[in-house]
Amino acid sequence: MPRIELTVNGRACLFEADDDKTPLLDLLREDLRLTGTRYGCGDGACGACAVLVDGVAQSSCNLPLWAAAGKDVTTVEGLDPRLHEAFVAEQAAQCAYCSSGMLVAAAGLLRRTPRPTAGDVVAALDEHLCRCGAHPRIVRAVLRAAGVAAA
Amino acid sequence: MRLEFAADGSVRVHTGKVELGQGIRTALAQIAADELGLAPEQVRVLAADTATSPDEGITSGSLSVQDGGSALRRACAEARPRPAGAPRQTGRSWPRNDLAAKFAGDAVFIHDLVLDGLLHGRVLRPPQSDGRLVEADLGAARTLPGVQRVLRDGALLGVIATSSRAADRAVERLAPSLRWGDGTPWVDDAAAVAAAGPGVVVDERGSRAADGLVRTLSARYRKPWIAHASIAPSCALARWQGGQLEVWSHSQGIFHLRRDLALAFGIDAAAVRVRHVDGAGCYGHNGADDVAFDAAWLAREVPGQPVRVLWSRADEMSRTPLGPAMTVRLEADLAGDGTVRHWRHDVWSPGHSRRPGRSATPALLGSWQTAQPQPAPASINMPIASGGGAERNAIPGYALPAWRIVRHDVTAPQPRSSALRALGAVANVFAAESFVDEIVQATGDEPLAWRRRHLAHDLRALAVLERAAAQAGWAQRVKVDGVGQGLAFARYKHSGAWCAVVAEVEAAAQLRVRRLTIAVDVGLVVNPDGVIAQIEGGAIQATSWALKEAVTFDAHGVTSADWDAYPILRFSEVPAVDVWLLPSDQPSLGAGEASLGPTVAAIANALFDALGVRVRDLPLTPDRIVAAMDAAGA
Repeated sequence: MPRIELTVNGRACLFEADDDKTPLLDLLREDLRLTGTRYGCGDGACGACAVLVDGVAQSSCNLPLWAAAGKDVTTVEGLDPRLHEAFVAEQAAQCAYCSSGMLVAAAGLLRRTPRPTAGDVVAALDEHLCRCGAHPRIVRAVLRAAGVAAA
Repeated sequence: MRLEFAADGSVRVHTGKVELGQGIRTALAQIAADELGLAPEQVRVLAADTATSPDEGITSGSLSVQDGGSALRRACAEARPRPAGAPRQTGRSWPRNDLAAKFAGDAVFIHDLVLDGLLHGRVLRPPQSDGRLVEADLGAARTLPGVQRVLRDGALLGVIATSSRAADRAVERLAPSLRWGDGTPWVDDAAAVAAAGPGVVVDERGSRAADGLVRTLSARYRKPWIAHASIAPSCALARWQGGQLEVWSHSQGIFHLRRDLALAFGIDAAAVRVRHVDGAGCYGHNGADDVAFDAAWLAREVPGQPVRVLWSRADEMSRTPLGPAMTVRLEADLAGDGTVRHWRHDVWSPGHSRRPGRSATPALLGSWQTAQPQPAPASINMPIASGGGAERNAIPGYALPAWRIVRHDVTAPQPRSSALRALGAVANVFAAESFVDEIVQATGDEPLAWRRRHLAHDLRALAVLERAAAQAGWAQRVKVDGVGQGLAFARYKHSGAWCAVVAEVEAAAQLRVRRLTIAVDVGLVVNPDGVIAQIEGGAIQATSWALKEAVTFDAHGVTSADWDAYPILRFSEVPAVDVWLLPSDQPSLGAGEASLGPTVAAIANALFDALGVRVRDLPLTPDRIVAAMDAAGA
């Protein structure tokens, strides 16, 4: 049985996988009961399942465990609370199902671009789908978190 | 609505209305706090549960604040008088009471629900409701670790496993051996419309006059099938115990679901309990009820144990009910002075409601697919007095001397059609508001002026029209090549909110919506930010429909089964949206559906303003725009 070690939200995890092709998403949701990372499509096409892998936002629904071995994974639960607060302050969601992925993508953006423009935010989130039409609020929330005034 | 007061003065509100992502639990809490003179933390609105909540039908039709809110105010008034001097809670933008937990990743969605001994189910079914299962080798999947059952019942295949991953592996193992058979071959929209009958007159005023007419204008508009395309696939949990069925569901109508589950399994409704748990965005009759049947069907195999069924993304795109395609033909007889003497609106459409709770047999997909299938109820249009379906917003809101509105029912075999946000209003408003602009163009009139003249009887309509136009700088606009502004107005269902939209677009290689300026009158505003969120969200969703969306299908089933085949609007394509709420002390009206029709129409009108060509078939794709320009000899 392959043993996979990785760090999740700062804690070392050891996983004995009978199938190391299991997506990281399954480990997070079912084994670690971290329900914040969401299943949307299983295809990496919607962004709902995004996590930070070594600081970079990535889909977890199509990331096999073997590829996550030795990595430092951060889920929405492990993000800076000020990012969450910014989303609350801007009421940046309707159904909020896409929000975890948005928050993670935002965190990834802010790591590399601490003072983004609205255009930077749009580019960073462009692969993330929102069906409810909360896009303008989400952009404002990310700019707010960055301490940048929305244009 | 039912209220339960605690000793400390706090109150729990038992409501049958459910959270769809629209913030209704917050709005209702605000209303209760307002009537009872309480602070936000003293009011809790409970999730709906058939065991404890009143039956308030379906959460739909933009009626929750309007009807549910009124019922709540009455319940509060009956419970105790409003404390003198208590501060008003309505008109304030209370933050949503559910978002912080959802942002934190807390286990609050139905997809997160875990019960003791939970098993995981998958259901496989043919592409069509009446399709068949021709061949399947169940043996290989049965031996996989964690797989407890692999079963077949008619056209349905089910898997029960101890983990979600094990269930997925069983499905993968089954896939190569599966052969599905066709049901009744589906026909395309042109053929389906051609097969529809002469139609039924929905409304009529006056009659056609033959004298004094100079000409008749005519145009035909089309809207394709639209998918709900929620970000989460449908999900449900079920458990049988001693002949009692418990279900956890994100259904819009838990009492209707309860009734139809009872019909499906041949038990008393009293033996079924349905609890609502939040799903992802719900925009109408989606797969929530169907997956509840699936969970109950599988759970019956393992009495005493709960089974969770999650639909795949492909099933979510292709097996759920869809918003049906509509064709609208408009004709106007014009007098010499350009005035409309007779207006004819014909709409061809499948039914817009195939919801549970209304028929002698269950409206649950799986119940039509077992070895002893129950007859599938047809998709209907509710009476126009209840808002109508295909004919919603087909009757003009304008002061016209005479009209004739006809609905032609499309019943040819096609995908399953049911209620999607705003129902027929999107196609009807898109068509009618485009046609108004075509009349304006043909008679040398002006879009705002024409609408003003024909809405003189409706002050609230005039007010939203003027506000949207003013905020968008309509009167000052300057013609710039490839850039256009378009205007549209509708009062949703003729009984709901008034909404006017100005769309600003640029049309280069493709159509890009730069800005939407929206003015809306929803009566007394309970939660301003909540209303704005719904209007803006609806407008962005409508922009996606207008620019990008069309379900594809052939004779055998829906073919648009993933996000590549069914793209929706991305961040880089979302317009700036400004929403202006008109203040009012009139009864509160729902905001959830008011902006969709006017937004689609305003975009189409703006496209005409930008390029001088009229596209009458949605979505407004680059191909269609180019084809229209070619046809116009541009």
